[in-house]
Amino acid sequence: MISYIAKRLGTGIVLALLVVFITFLLIGTMVEDVARTILGQSATPETTAALMAAKGWDRPVPVQYWDWLVAAVQGDFGQSVYTSLPVGPAVADRLAVTLSIIVPALLLTVVISVCLGVWSASRGGAADRIAQGLSLTGYVVPGLLLAIGLVVLLAVQLKWLPATGYTPLADDPVGWLRSITIPVVVLTIGGVANLTAQVRGRMIDELRKDYVRTLRTRGVSSTAIIVKHALRNAGSPALTVLSLEFIQMLGGALIIENVFALPGYGSYAFNAALQGDIPVILGITAFGVALVTVVNLATDLANGWLNPKARVQ
Amino acid sequence: MSTSDTAAPEARVPAWRRLAKDPQAVAAFAVLFVIFTLGLLAPLVTGHGPNESDLSAVNAPVGSPGHPLGADESGRDILARLLHSARTAAVSALIGTGVALAIGVTAGLVGGYFGRRVRFATEWLFNLVMTFPGVLLLIVLMPLTGGDYRATMLIFGVLLAPGLYRIVRNLVLGVKHELYVDAARVAGLGDARILRRHVLSVVRGPVIIAAAFMLGSSIAVQSGLAFLGVGSLEIPSFGAMISSGFRNLYIAPAQFLWPSLALGLTTASFVLLGNALRDALEGTGPKPLKIGSGQRVAVAPEDGDGEGALLEVRGLAIAYPAPNGSLKTVVEDVSLTVEKGQVLGLVGESGSGKTQTAFATLGVLPAEAVVTGGSIRFEGRELVGLDDHALSRLRGKEIAYIPQEPMSNLDPSYRVGAQLVEGVRAALPVSAREARQRVLALLERVGIADPKRCFDSYPHQISGGMAQRVLIAGAVASRPKLLIADEPTTALDVTVQAEILDLLRDLQSELGMAVLLVTHNFGVVADLCDRIAVMREGAIVESGDVRDVFREPRHPYTRMLLDSILDGSAVREDRPAAERSLT
Repeated sequence: MISYIAKRLGTGIVLALLVVFITFLLIGTMVEDVARTILGQSATPETTAALMAAKGWDRPVPVQYWDWLVAAVQGDFGQSVYTSLPVGPAVADRLAVTLSIIVPALLLTVVISVCLGVWSASRGGAADRIAQGLSLTGYVVPGLLLAIGLVVLLAVQLKWLPATGYTPLADDPVGWLRSITIPVVVLTIGGVANLTAQVRGRMIDELRKDYVRTLRTRGVSSTAIIVKHALRNAGSPALTVLSLEFIQMLGGALIIENVFALPGYGSYAFNAALQGDIPVILGITAFGVALVTVVNLATDLANGWLNPKARVQ
Repeated sequence: MSTSDTAAPEARVPAWRRLAKDPQAVAAFAVLFVIFTLGLLAPLVTGHGPNESDLSAVNAPVGSPGHPLGADESGRDILARLLHSARTAAVSALIGTGVALAIGVTAGLVGGYFGRRVRFATEWLFNLVMTFPGVLLLIVLMPLTGGDYRATMLIFGVLLAPGLYRIVRNLVLGVKHELYVDAARVAGLGDARILRRHVLSVVRGPVIIAAAFMLGSSIAVQSGLAFLGVGSLEIPSFGAMISSGFRNLYIAPAQFLWPSLALGLTTASFVLLGNALRDALEGTGPKPLKIGSGQRVAVAPEDGDGEGALLEVRGLAIAYPAPNGSLKTVVEDVSLTVEKGQVLGLVGESGSGKTQTAFATLGVLPAEAVVTGGSIRFEGRELVGLDDHALSRLRGKEIAYIPQEPMSNLDPSYRVGAQLVEGVRAALPVSAREARQRVLALLERVGIADPKRCFDSYPHQISGGMAQRVLIAGAVASRPKLLIADEPTTALDVTVQAEILDLLRDLQSELGMAVLLVTHNFGVVADLCDRIAVMREGAIVESGDVRDVFREPRHPYTRMLLDSILDGSAVREDRPAAERSLT
């Protein structure tokens, strides 16, 4: 088990290092533009070259990468070109905001999708039509429109919830809950649409399998068969979908954060990219990839726990 | 299995014609056609350019002269912007999906068709792409694309490719070892030709479906980015219009309505079209089963006294709904009797309805099946029409079941012992400890050398023969009065078959169980059974004492079966191990 974790973690780290390296390569092609943007009016070939030398951007990409890596391992991700604030804490703060809408949304997605999917797969008929209809509706309405629609309805018309802004949990728990409610609902609806269809399909496949019939012939109750056996076997493919969902939400949060004016990871990335703030872009990439690696590892481990065959490989 | 002819002849209708009959597909297609045709004809429909601002028309309401849908905050004509946005959407969709198709399908074909090393390389590469949150990457690379939405959609296409790659690779892996592909290879066809002719045809359907969804998501992503203000402000886009309408929401709500409606309709139409394509190309997919509601019955249960044989089936008929809505009978008028402690062989070729009869007796027919007639009495009690709860109290305790295929009948996620203990505890009021002792003793009884180890093994860690012993242990755990064994040796190696039959015979006499043995093998019948019932096309054609029937078969079908088998090797194969070792 430990070697399994170590191996997965190793693959994850290699992948993360590679993604950051590719980001370096891509950014390497545009540093000159970035330097000119930073200098603005005062950009001449001389001043541009001087700035690039001062930032170390004129060195070969592998050297820059190595230096960045050495510093990053020690927790130093550099400073923003514009604000001179350290990148590490800034990204961490922003990520906390984004995770505080993604994590509740994912939890809700799992609970609702599993209930709806299992209900529709094991009841059929009207239950199935309702669940499928809900799932399709979630698919059909673009998240952007849903977000704006809910703001107009719940915040502007009914004035139940704040339209925009973020209240940190530590400052005011109720305010926090109110500020994340609409974003979480929007992300959850999209997530549920996707995951419910998955859970339903997998459950239908499982419930048609031979072992289900054999368990029934031994007098095992329907509830035990559905919850203990079929759902567990349906769980591991659904879990993979869930981890992809997380990655998607991390990107999708960008639009949500923009609509709701949340100071999150996505909007930070957006501004950094607009300004060409290279250290921030790199820090955001590194944190994002690290997070995705951790989530993928957690998914693999959970899969191993659910599915003994995956464990031995 | 016994339901052989389920393939419906109506499936021969070409997919596009089925699609043309599907109102959902037609409506979605019509909406898309109208939106994109209007976009294409934009200069003819409206005299305004998308970025042409008319300061006298700032925030003009709907129906203003010259601006049928009004104008926005800069006095630009909303209709003109809407139509040009449709063009942008079409270009985005085509670039995103086109790139994804080109990369994903090619890599999928190559990765699936060629050897493991190529596959691992492509796999690894696409995993890399999937590691990064897509929209975020588009943002991070913004300086690189220089604000051109077409470049952004190009990258988005790359990000969509892994999904397509997986679909294609899995399909190709599936057909790679099909006989017709081997045959083409043996016939000397080149790899490129085989890929084009044989493999691509399998992949086509799922790829078309995926492409429909990708067209929609490309448009959604492009709009989302434009909403954020990524890219050139000169490009008219639904997203940019929504953004401007959102800012102006309090002054002129209609400005927000039009682009939202257009975007919503477009993406929704692609999703609905994708779903309709899936239905047309792949069928509607399996329907849910109603678990725990008992078998469907379309016959009034007969009254009667509680006396008689252990199991008495009379006039049993089972039907399945056909695609056209009528019922197709698979079992009709099956009558058989099993006395206490007796072994009845139910014989017939595959598709004759043996398994369906066995399932009906256990109350585990598939949810679609309907019992259309007859009665099944166990110790005089009518089973037809009982609900699942009542039946589940009989199952496992009084009536037990041994399946045909050992591996698929064990839950792969639980240890063997845990599954058996669960069954024992469901059937009998014993503690977990007692159940465990009982299962360990049973595993030893069914001839497993190391019961403790088998108890703690997962199904994939034991052999097929061992798995069948485990299932037999599970069936006899509660000392049932009737054991229903459905071809218990068919899936096993010949050497193991005889051992399993020996075990069944020993357990039968030891526990005094009656056995209903479903088989197509007369050797097995000769070996184990007291009585025989021969089934053909859903009906019993002959039944009687085994020796009588063997000596003097009355029905021509029985005679034919006997003739075709007795001169073969089937009987000898299934002789007990002691006798077999002499040969």
